[in-house]
Amino acid sequence: MTEQRPDQTDLWRDAVLAAAVLAVDPARFGGVIVRACPGPVRDQWVAAFHGMLPPETPMRKMPMHIGDSRLLGGLDLTATLRAGKPILERGLLAETDGGVILLPMAERLPPSVAGRLAGVLDRGVVALQRDGLAARYPARICLVALDEGLSEEERPPSALLDRLAFRLDLTHVSIRDTHCDVPDRAAILAARRRLPGIQTDDPVIEALCAAALALGVSSMRATVFATQAARAIAALGGEERVSDADVAAAARLVLAPRATQMPDMEPPAPPEADDADAADAANAEEPLPDLAEAEREESETDGRDASGQDLGTLTVESAAAAIPAGLLAQLQQGPRRTGAMNSSGKAGAVATAARRGRPIGTRRGDPGGGSRLNVVETLRAAAPWQPLRRREKAGPGTEPDRSIEVRRDDLRINRLKHRSETTTIFVVDASGSSALQRLGEAKGAVELLLADCYIRRDRVALIAFRGESAELLLPPTRSLVRAKRSVSALPGGGGTPLAAGLNAAATVAEAARRRGETPIIVLLTDGRANIGLDGKPGRARAQADAKDVARHLRSIGVPSMLVDSSRRPQEEAQVLAAEMDAVYLPLPYGNAAALSDAVRRNADGVVGATHAAS
Amino acid sequence: MSATPDFPFAAIVGQDEMKLALMMVAVDPTIGGVLVFGDRGTGKSTAVRALAALLPKTRVVEGCPYNCDPEAPAGSCASCGELPEKKKPKSRLIHVPVVDLPLGATEDRVVGALDLERALTRGEKAFEPGLLARAHRGFLYIDEVNLLEDHIVDLLLDVAASGENVVEREGLSVRHPARFVLVGSGNPEEGELRPQLLDRFGISVDVTTPTDLAQRVEVVRRRDAFERDPAAFAADWKREETKHRRRVTAARKRLSDVEVPHEVLERIAGLCMAVGTDGLRGELTMMRCARAFAALRGKTVVDESHIRQVAVSSLRHRLRRDPLDEAGSAVRIERVLEETFGP
Repeated sequence: MTEQRPDQTDLWRDAVLAAAVLAVDPARFGGVIVRACPGPVRDQWVAAFHGMLPPETPMRKMPMHIGDSRLLGGLDLTATLRAGKPILERGLLAETDGGVILLPMAERLPPSVAGRLAGVLDRGVVALQRDGLAARYPARICLVALDEGLSEEERPPSALLDRLAFRLDLTHVSIRDTHCDVPDRAAILAARRRLPGIQTDDPVIEALCAAALALGVSSMRATVFATQAARAIAALGGEERVSDADVAAAARLVLAPRATQMPDMEPPAPPEADDADAADAANAEEPLPDLAEAEREESETDGRDASGQDLGTLTVESAAAAIPAGLLAQLQQGPRRTGAMNSSGKAGAVATAARRGRPIGTRRGDPGGGSRLNVVETLRAAAPWQPLRRREKAGPGTEPDRSIEVRRDDLRINRLKHRSETTTIFVVDASGSSALQRLGEAKGAVELLLADCYIRRDRVALIAFRGESAELLLPPTRSLVRAKRSVSALPGGGGTPLAAGLNAAATVAEAARRRGETPIIVLLTDGRANIGLDGKPGRARAQADAKDVARHLRSIGVPSMLVDSSRRPQEEAQVLAAEMDAVYLPLPYGNAAALSDAVRRNADGVVGATHAAS
Repeated sequence: MSATPDFPFAAIVGQDEMKLALMMVAVDPTIGGVLVFGDRGTGKSTAVRALAALLPKTRVVEGCPYNCDPEAPAGSCASCGELPEKKKPKSRLIHVPVVDLPLGATEDRVVGALDLERALTRGEKAFEPGLLARAHRGFLYIDEVNLLEDHIVDLLLDVAASGENVVEREGLSVRHPARFVLVGSGNPEEGELRPQLLDRFGISVDVTTPTDLAQRVEVVRRRDAFERDPAAFAADWKREETKHRRRVTAARKRLSDVEVPHEVLERIAGLCMAVGTDGLRGELTMMRCARAFAALRGKTVVDESHIRQVAVSSLRHRLRRDPLDEAGSAVRIERVLEETFGP
């Protein structure tokens, strides 16, 4: 981390600008995702944002594993029993109407909670249908999602990513960079007053739409947000109409962090197909770091005189210059990973099974057959009915019975998140001449497994290694759509960095295990490594490295399978399989169906054995 | 309460397949529901919510919590079924209901339960109808349908199959009709839909974000105008909206007169066989869609052009998955359409 990062002050300045824009109309923009480790920089940003809002604005923290009754609302049992009639309790979302909700560790937010938040963000209303009660509460909220994810894989669910206008990455901002003027409450208030009077001309909308297309930002929400941001920036600047500089700034704040491709700096053309994207990205030059600065100065002289085309170019350039460094590097590699960029790997509804797992809520039902009774929830369910039941039981004139009467309808059982969801990680040797075919087989097997795993709701991931390194082509997913999209043509050939491939598999496997899934590694190779972990050629070193990582895999106890894809079974592959304690499976003339079949058959055995052992 | 009007259906730019699908089920609810799957930020839920304004009014029995049809005592709820045969019950006009089933809804609110208020205050046992009752003879909408909890999905599957909701709670036994059109939307990246649930949808639509600049500009322009002043925007679109509604109303009236010639039926059967859909559902849905489409076009006879228009959306989700075929279902159907009808 000794590199110079000249942009940090700019980054912070934009983060403050985003806070100000958000403060002008918090609910309209939905909120912001702030990616940073917990620390003074993040605290300072939140404090700055809070300081811009009217003092009476509520700001609440939402625990990640909040239950539906606290999030959305439900029956207030104590008040209900006291009053003798049903009393509704509003949830956090309704209580924070007109305010801000802080969401720590947003990258771990379950998709189901994200889905609920998304519904409320869309309508500004909580539609409550719970505990026998129906109600609607206004809930115009602004979410500040604090994303502490470290890798690309760890991101907030895509339902949220799309609905929050701003994304800030403060990871590399140091506390020394956080000196710039912060607008005060009065400035924000003035901007709020000015906002309704500000017009958006067609050239503004056209420029932002063109910029979105050039950057490969497909969601229409993003462009609508950018338009509204441009207006808010104008309001903050005390202007009466949106200037070119405002449009450029809006593109920088809203569109740049969502870019999925490098713009072609010539007149922006709509992306047609993946191939076109790849070409764009390959041709794109690294934008000059001071481009944003230059443009800002240039446009501060103002240019209502600039033609629409110029504004378009300016907007794209401004946004391109503001693409975060990490994202930029990926985009320059090509757009292949963009499918993964757009969404989190934590897809899917929570699968429930009776016996094992982490409780995720309760439902009505009989215990037994492995379901466990939730006593507290059962008593809660029974409580409101006690007066009625006592009256029923006791005829007139008899002594009222003070015991609690629980009936079958009250019984609540735990809903559990299935712990043994498996994540099958395919690690494919894409070196050498047979790479394409092997990759094709693996891809076919991935899709067959996914098509097959509706009920089991398993996930599949795909890693390929060739040349000097390994690449995660498909992060763990259960979406067939994503699998199809992510694995397009991968050039084969080059060296065999087996150790790097195994290393990548170990990382994905450990991440899967942290999510409570059971990883299985399926390695397709002939076992003949010739590139070491350091990316340097050399057969001996490479083999030794591969064995080291294989042993590591065994030590962390990830069940695995080695599919030997060479014509004749190789000794190297068998040795490697032994080192990583993998099932060895020679499959010289394999096809996708045979492969997926073998994996399915063996995986059950492998997982079963591990469970028995542990 | 926030009385912001919904975005007008007529003002939705492009997305013709989705709009057509929604209009077709508005014309003929027996088509059996619409699933709208696709990219984020394409206005899926906007379109579904806008659908309510296109629906005509319908007559229901006064005071009936299940919106029973005064014209059809058969299939009514218990109390309406007991009404005297000859005498027509009192009735009133209501908008065809479009009921939202939000994520996080509990089972008792979906199927209905004992009325807690009456139990507590008056010590009476009374049934409080749930969302399924409200959706009877109307639409039930689930946004992010692939995130719906499994036990709620099970309930829906059961009721959707039988058209009846049976509740047995606290010694109370209630059964009431619950025939509704299921409308779901979601993003496939959140995971696939269970095949049983998929099968309940008559039509399935894929939406993608527009890539045409002019179209995108228009989307943003209208959305922006709507958000700045929803009431004024709705007023601007009132005439167009009325036109759409009239088209739906006229098509509903025309529907029973639309004829489906024998050779068209054979074509449909041939198509379904050629693409390899399982069961008769595909054929039936396609026939109904073609009829609704013809009715919307003001025609009284279904012809091949109508089949062509509705084939993809009525069959897309019924094809057996062939993971090794690169092309999606839509492309496979198009291929067969071309073989059958020529380019």
